Amino acid sequence: MKPASFEYFAPTSVADAVSLLQEHGLEAKLLAGGQSLVPLLNMRLARPTVVIDVNRVDGLSYVREDGDALAIGAMTHQREVERAELVQRVNPLLHAATRLIGHPQIRNRGTVGGSIAHADPAAELPAVALALDAEMHITGPNGEKAVPAADFFVTYLTTTLEPAEMLTEVRVPALPQGTGWSIQEMARRHGDFALAGATVTLSMNGGMCSDARVVLFGVGATPLRVQQAEERLIGERVDAALISEIGREISSSIDEPLADIHATSEYRRNLAGVLTERALVEALGRAA
Amino acid sequence: MAAKRDIRLTVNGVAYEATVEPRMTLVDMLRGELGLTGTHVGCEHGVCGACTVLMDGRAVRSCIMLAVQADGADFMTIEGLASREGELHPIQQAFIEERGLQCGFCTPGFMMSILELLQETPDPTDDEIKDALGGAICRCTGYESILKSVRSAAKKLLAPAS
Repeated sequence: MKPASFEYFAPTSVADAVSLLQEHGLEAKLLAGGQSLVPLLNMRLARPTVVIDVNRVDGLSYVREDGDALAIGAMTHQREVERAELVQRVNPLLHAATRLIGHPQIRNRGTVGGSIAHADPAAELPAVALALDAEMHITGPNGEKAVPAADFFVTYLTTTLEPAEMLTEVRVPALPQGTGWSIQEMARRHGDFALAGATVTLSMNGGMCSDARVVLFGVGATPLRVQQAEERLIGERVDAALISEIGREISSSIDEPLADIHATSEYRRNLAGVLTERALVEALGRAA
Repeated sequence: MAAKRDIRLTVNGVAYEATVEPRMTLVDMLRGELGLTGTHVGCEHGVCGACTVLMDGRAVRSCIMLAVQADGADFMTIEGLASREGELHPIQQAFIEERGLQCGFCTPGFMMSILELLQETPDPTDDEIKDALGGAICRCTGYESILKSVRSAAKKLLAPAS
């Protein structure tokens, strides 16, 4: 058998899951879709002594429109998000990002909350959560709270979630009509984790950029918002010259990304700039 | 060792019961406990797709699911594809005709992914086929003849021989 031995619990309510987390503390690991955790268990890179499987918790799988936002249950399969006409209509960036996750076979099991709580810096959902100002709804021993994406991602695979807390819902604001958007990534093979990626939203008003969001992924310990680039865009007529300047600035200014067997640090930096340019061009084309 | 658990599941229309350690993966249970060795174990960390099975109609990787999570679910594996009388499924027939396999190791996983695709999208575009095939790795046949096999299977399923 591949994983090390663990005790297994399958609570049916959030309250039960939280009290199990409280009881077992750092020894315990929540199992959502398992598409990241079970590989880690199989390779024994993770050896929790307690696994708390939240797949049988009721009421955590839904996509609803709630005012100006999408409310997505943490255990909603990525495939459901991808298929939801509502998501495509209300937030096409979230829809496009979801389609870039792994493969259909992964998205059939992988969950929205699982990906965001796992916080892989190369993953799509944390990046768009940051770009779209998503809000994480969390339940813990002291009740419920909401944490904005900007405060949620701490470092590699680490969020502000406390050991006895659980992500229950992700609220993603609607993308306002006319906002241009894009997500670009480069992976060695389709479906692999991105070597680097960029996601952009762009609002244009009378030929001038009125608002912009630029977020990189796969090049730092968390998804990275590049405010410097946003400031260069806002108030400007966005043209090819400005876009390529911003790309060059990103390539030369971001902290050195980690290198691995797939890409050097220099290559990732360069890629981050190039992908931002492509994202800006596409977002500009979509902005009305 | 953690306490074993009793689970019940359906595979290819047959009800099974098993008693498993929580750490046992679904694929190890299918093969080792239920004797259904048609589902292959490849990378064992969710990359190669050889172990793909249908769970409640959805293609999933059985090496990165725990057997205990299968409790109450309905599965289909490669053994359920041909009829009980042994008549090959159109997907299997198409793989033979279009030479969609050589060594056959990856084939069960491919076929289960293709089955999900064609059940939901009976007349897929090449892009849709590639998206579904992208979740599985073949190291000898090459993908072109697998792609042809899917196109052919789709035709067979849309217009069954009278």
